[in-house]
Amino acid sequence: MSPNRKIFNKTLATFLFIALVSFTNTSFAIDGEALFKANCANCHKPLEDFTGPALQGARKREPDPEWAYRWVNNVNSMLETDPYAKAMLAKHGSRMTQFNLKREEIAAILDYADKYTAPVVAAKNDPNAAPEEDNSLLFGILTLILAVIALTLLQVNSSLRKLSDEKEGIYRSEPVPFYRNKSYLMICILVLFCIGGYFYVSANMGLGRMKGYQPEQPIYYSHKVHAGTNQISCLYCHGGAQDSKHANVPSVTTCMNCHMGIKEYKGEAIFRENGLQVNGTAEIQKLYSYAGWNPETKKYDKPGKPIEWIKIHNLPDHVYFNHSQHVKVGKQNCQTCHGNIQEMPEVYQFAELSMGWCINCHRETKVDFYNTATGEGNKFYSIYEKFHNDIKAGKMDSVTVEKIGGTECQRCHY
Amino acid sequence: MEKKYWQNFGELNQSEAFLQTTEKEFKEELLPLEDLDDKGILDARTPRRDFLKYLGFSTVAATLAASCEMPVHHVVPYLQKPDNITPGVANYYASTCINEGDVISVIVKQRDGRPIKIEGNDKSSITKGGTSALVQASVLDLYDTTRLRYPMQKVGADFKEVTTFEAFDKMIADAMSGLGGKPVVLLSSTINSPTTLQIIAEFLAKNTGSRHVQYDAVSYSGMLLANEACYGKRAIPSYHFDNAKVIVSIGADFLGTWLSPVEFAYQYAQNRRITGEHPAMSRHIHFESSLSLTGSNADDRYIHRPSEKAAVALALLAKLGGTVTAPAISDDALNKGIEAAAAALNASKGAALVVCGSNDVNLQIIVNAINEAIGANGKTINWAVSSNYRAGIDADMNKLVADMNAGAVGALLIYASNPAYTYYDSKKFIDGLSKVPVTVSFNATMNETTELCKYSIPAHHWLESWGDAEPKTGYISLVQPTINPLFKTRAFQTSLLKLTGNVLEYETYFKNYWVAKSGTQDAYDTALQNGIIEPAAMPAGSGTFNNAGVTAAASKIAAVKAAGNYELVIYQKISMGNGSQANNPWLQELPDPISKVTWDNYALMCPALAKEIIGIDIVNNQRDGVSYEVHPQKPTVTITVNGIAIELPVLIIPGVHPKVVAVALGYGRQSADKDKTAEHIGRSANGAGKNAYPWVRFDGTGFRYSSPAEISKAGNMYLLAQTQVHGSSESRPILFEGSLKKYIADPEHVLEEATKEREALIAASDGKNFVTDATIYPDYIRPGIKWGMSIDLNTCTGCSACVVACTAENNVSVVGKIQVSRYHEMHWLRIDRYFTGDINNPDVVFQPMLCQHCDNAPCENVCPVAATNHSSEGLNQMTYNRCIGTRYCANNCPFKVRRFNWLDFTGADSFPDNQIPMVEEGYMNESVLQMNDNLTRMVLNPDVTVRSRGVIEKCSFCVQRLQDSKLDAKKAGDPSLVRNVKTACMQACPTNAISFGNVNDKESDVYKIRHVEQKHRNFYVLEQLHVLPNVSYLAKIKNTDRNVTNEKEEHMEGGVKEEKTHA
Repeated sequence: MSPNRKIFNKTLATFLFIALVSFTNTSFAIDGEALFKANCANCHKPLEDFTGPALQGARKREPDPEWAYRWVNNVNSMLETDPYAKAMLAKHGSRMTQFNLKREEIAAILDYADKYTAPVVAAKNDPNAAPEEDNSLLFGILTLILAVIALTLLQVNSSLRKLSDEKEGIYRSEPVPFYRNKSYLMICILVLFCIGGYFYVSANMGLGRMKGYQPEQPIYYSHKVHAGTNQISCLYCHGGAQDSKHANVPSVTTCMNCHMGIKEYKGEAIFRENGLQVNGTAEIQKLYSYAGWNPETKKYDKPGKPIEWIKIHNLPDHVYFNHSQHVKVGKQNCQTCHGNIQEMPEVYQFAELSMGWCINCHRETKVDFYNTATGEGNKFYSIYEKFHNDIKAGKMDSVTVEKIGGTECQRCHY
Repeated sequence: MEKKYWQNFGELNQSEAFLQTTEKEFKEELLPLEDLDDKGILDARTPRRDFLKYLGFSTVAATLAASCEMPVHHVVPYLQKPDNITPGVANYYASTCINEGDVISVIVKQRDGRPIKIEGNDKSSITKGGTSALVQASVLDLYDTTRLRYPMQKVGADFKEVTTFEAFDKMIADAMSGLGGKPVVLLSSTINSPTTLQIIAEFLAKNTGSRHVQYDAVSYSGMLLANEACYGKRAIPSYHFDNAKVIVSIGADFLGTWLSPVEFAYQYAQNRRITGEHPAMSRHIHFESSLSLTGSNADDRYIHRPSEKAAVALALLAKLGGTVTAPAISDDALNKGIEAAAAALNASKGAALVVCGSNDVNLQIIVNAINEAIGANGKTINWAVSSNYRAGIDADMNKLVADMNAGAVGALLIYASNPAYTYYDSKKFIDGLSKVPVTVSFNATMNETTELCKYSIPAHHWLESWGDAEPKTGYISLVQPTINPLFKTRAFQTSLLKLTGNVLEYETYFKNYWVAKSGTQDAYDTALQNGIIEPAAMPAGSGTFNNAGVTAAASKIAAVKAAGNYELVIYQKISMGNGSQANNPWLQELPDPISKVTWDNYALMCPALAKEIIGIDIVNNQRDGVSYEVHPQKPTVTITVNGIAIELPVLIIPGVHPKVVAVALGYGRQSADKDKTAEHIGRSANGAGKNAYPWVRFDGTGFRYSSPAEISKAGNMYLLAQTQVHGSSESRPILFEGSLKKYIADPEHVLEEATKEREALIAASDGKNFVTDATIYPDYIRPGIKWGMSIDLNTCTGCSACVVACTAENNVSVVGKIQVSRYHEMHWLRIDRYFTGDINNPDVVFQPMLCQHCDNAPCENVCPVAATNHSSEGLNQMTYNRCIGTRYCANNCPFKVRRFNWLDFTGADSFPDNQIPMVEEGYMNESVLQMNDNLTRMVLNPDVTVRSRGVIEKCSFCVQRLQDSKLDAKKAGDPSLVRNVKTACMQACPTNAISFGNVNDKESDVYKIRHVEQKHRNFYVLEQLHVLPNVSYLAKIKNTDRNVTNEKEEHMEGGVKEEKTHA
């Protein structure tokens, strides 16, 4: 291979690489899927009508291909003037929020919707996920057999020794039966004490812990339908998780943002734990009665009342927990503590919410330390000079929450 | 060691009983085991039954506690969430705390729709973000259970609800139409709200012959009239204590209760703070009869009889070149004081100020003449901007009462005023009131006056109202509501508008007025957001002085002679003011900074007078001293003034004039039917102290707050709950002082003793660094933040705003008088008061004492369950849920700042009904129940745990605020946001005496104070114990020629001797 060819190859490769990189940077910079999820997914679906119309093929349906680009940024004015917009409002019943999006962004969203195909439902019986066999019974039986053998051997041993002693003429008293043998009794008592103590202590520690708590709520609200099937962002309803100590349960009017349009449940059948089917449409009607909404006249014509949900995740009064610290600063996913909530028909308490559980996470989680070289991370942590120096010197590779005091009492108790 | 600072006479004398009491941190037996004492359970009176009782109790308790089912909690979201509320995030609104003429611009912290904390508004150029104890506590008044809940009409002897406001308006209008030409009079405390004054003017214009009488519970009428005589304006000028190099006060408690103490305290502190290379500070000379908060801050303080006040003023004027002759003063010390004051004033002409607390017109004219002579007019006294805090003229009120009695008043409308309690001749007022055909009360509570009115239409609390105030001409402070009215109440102004026939609600009227004034809606919104409308710079100007009245005034006051052997001074306490907030448990439990007494007023007298009257020689006779000081039961005296005799307990305090007894106003609230007091006025006000208003007298021109008195021993005992020496430092060197002159000469001198101790410790440990080497404990690094606080003893005036702020911020419980007397008060922050020097006229030092957050904390080592331990940020953490109540920590704390929940003060225990039996058996006061009412509990800070019985608590450095600031800093990615965090005490302080922040940050205020700006004055309390506190103090410097206690007089024999013994 001639050196020229090598250089040529290298240059070509570099060129191709740069082209590729810049290509992704320009054309793929606008991620239609992300934009769709951030802005539209609460009210639109690609394939079917939701609060608003399905987005796939929107540009073809509409009066002219440019209509969508005018519409998104001028909703309020066009609703007054444009006949097609008026017709859509009459059909779907709720006004769209006016956005301020660039033409390319709108195009990216609509392109995404046009290309969207329904995901293939994953095969349910994954062969790799075979249920773990429970071996404890086997171990138990084995232990029991071994214990019986050991006991028998001990008995045999003592009988043999007695025989040999008698042969040698040493007198030994009659052996006591094993159930009156003091050492056996002692061992038994000790074992029972330990087992009893273990259960007693763990039962006491479990007082007030409600893992698995799944009360029946005044409205059968399925997170699976909302956050799972319909992909509504958690923060749309629980916005407080970003700003406040409370994640906040949404107000009734927040529900009505979508349910003014969605009057009946048409999705997959939902079943309760006891196997009874849930009538989704009836549950939506319950919401209307709380909101005081009349779906016929499309007006709030009755006095509304707030919904008394049953609180699932309860912390003792002496614990201070702040959602925004974990969601915004710690960048934790909701699922870390609440489990796969998008798959829960009715929410139950996923985690133990015990102090040990909190502390464990604080011991393992790494802090988003500021990296002066890359400029990544939270600048607040630049005050931990010593740790920065230690990282540089290779004494430590990362800093956990515990290292900056995350397991101290007054981080949560005050 | 030489005795230097003392808190009571026992400590001064080192009496045996005192030493004994200081030995034990907790002075009593366990509560329900009274008959057990130190004997074992078998030796108790009823061993078997006791044993069974406790066995049964513990079994049942354990079963109950263990078998409780988890309660079901509900979460109820809004039906329609308001845009500006995020549950869990506090909102802050600018508003104004208005109370009978007092105006303080504030920021209200509102959490989930409830106001829970008042903070000062930094934007106000008058208060500069300062507050007072009264302002801090006023949020609790919003949730007062005795507030009136709807408009009422008296039917027979009782009030009946009037169902609608319209019906009420019609009722009043009908009643007022049948007055037969008799005038309508509006009686109120001073009103300085521009819109309210305009509405009143409109109302008066509509009703011919009607008039508005402003009446102040504590009058400034003398000043107003004197200024009218001298400057042609019935007004009070703006004072500038910050421009004064020399301040002479003749009985004006301007840091505590006089006129506008928050404003003055800020100004005063500007010249008391020692900064820079060339330290300078103002000189404050104080003349008074009792011992006031301001007097105890003075550089030099002189005492005189109240009747000599005029003589002092005249002597001062004469020495400053006035053509008056002063009556002779026999007291040499006082003469010297006048001499010194005159010399100091003369030396700082144009930068000096004289203020006087008297309500005597003539005396105030003399004071005006003095201020003219020293060139204060236009320099430290600004006539371009007048102060509008007080406008009441005493003669007007007296005329009104006379008219009422003559049947010449048709209708009396009473707003924000309680003359049936505060008027000196309340019987005459009450008689007069019964002769007025229509009486309407707009007061928010069923106070002594409302009870006697025929109609009551309660006004909103200021936290529920719109409004405005003009504390100084041209300076507006706006009020905006922070909560919907809790009850069916209506703004006083709306009621008046309805009576005028105006259909507007006050809310609209107010908005129209201020939108028009500010020009645009935007400007109005901005003003509301800022809470203030102020000129860019304060206009300055002098008044034209007319000295025509001076000679006449001088001869009039010179003629007044003391009529008796003893004299009475009536004063206000910083915690109680004029008594309008008497049902506020936070204020009742706030120890007076001088006497340290809670829940009562008393006869304040000096040891010499006590010896004379009750025969207790507290100074020389140890037995007397012990029996007086150790027992909270104090002997009583009967004080008779003008034939009115009142029995009060004696409180012996040095520094009061030997012929003077002083009694505080604001106590002894009582309903017409004595048994209704708790229901009408409140459970906390009920039984607290005696009413001293009847002793005020009218001398023809104005109300007088001092009188000749007869005092005799009454022979009874009365329980006084006093907090001082509950936390005794046991005479350890706890603070340092020096004089300005010596400090300038040698800045190191003031802390010489501390430095020596430190060096000795370093030498003994053969190390170099005090922190790391002079100890057996390891040194821990604090890699990120290290919190620290610095308190300047020079600018701390002892005003106690911080104590109430701390109570409000941290849900500190109120324990009631009985429990305070058992040493069980819960304040996390206390103001220690030390006397030093001359026992007849001692110097006073205030030292705010809170958990010092020691890095080598003695409390942490002794906790058997590690409930208290140290954080990497230097906080001494207290974990309530871990605490088992051994109280070892409190015993081991050298600063005595840990508090134990002896009883269930908060109702937080899981066992119900363990408060009411305690109240019934007399262990607890009803005020504790008042604090635990569901309404009152709305004031609790949801970020701070409410502690239950059996746990220790103490200052946490407001850890909830620190955590919050850290969260903000992390969200913003900006570490500078944790540089200077504000704790509640720091926020409340009117003089900025407290600084707080991250000591690891060299840009922080605390770091700069400790290591750069104030390093010569910076000391740690009891540093030689090597507990390494995170709170540092700045030594107090007094601008006086006298020797200040820490300084040793070189030529004095004692001093030399002591040096020798040390060597």
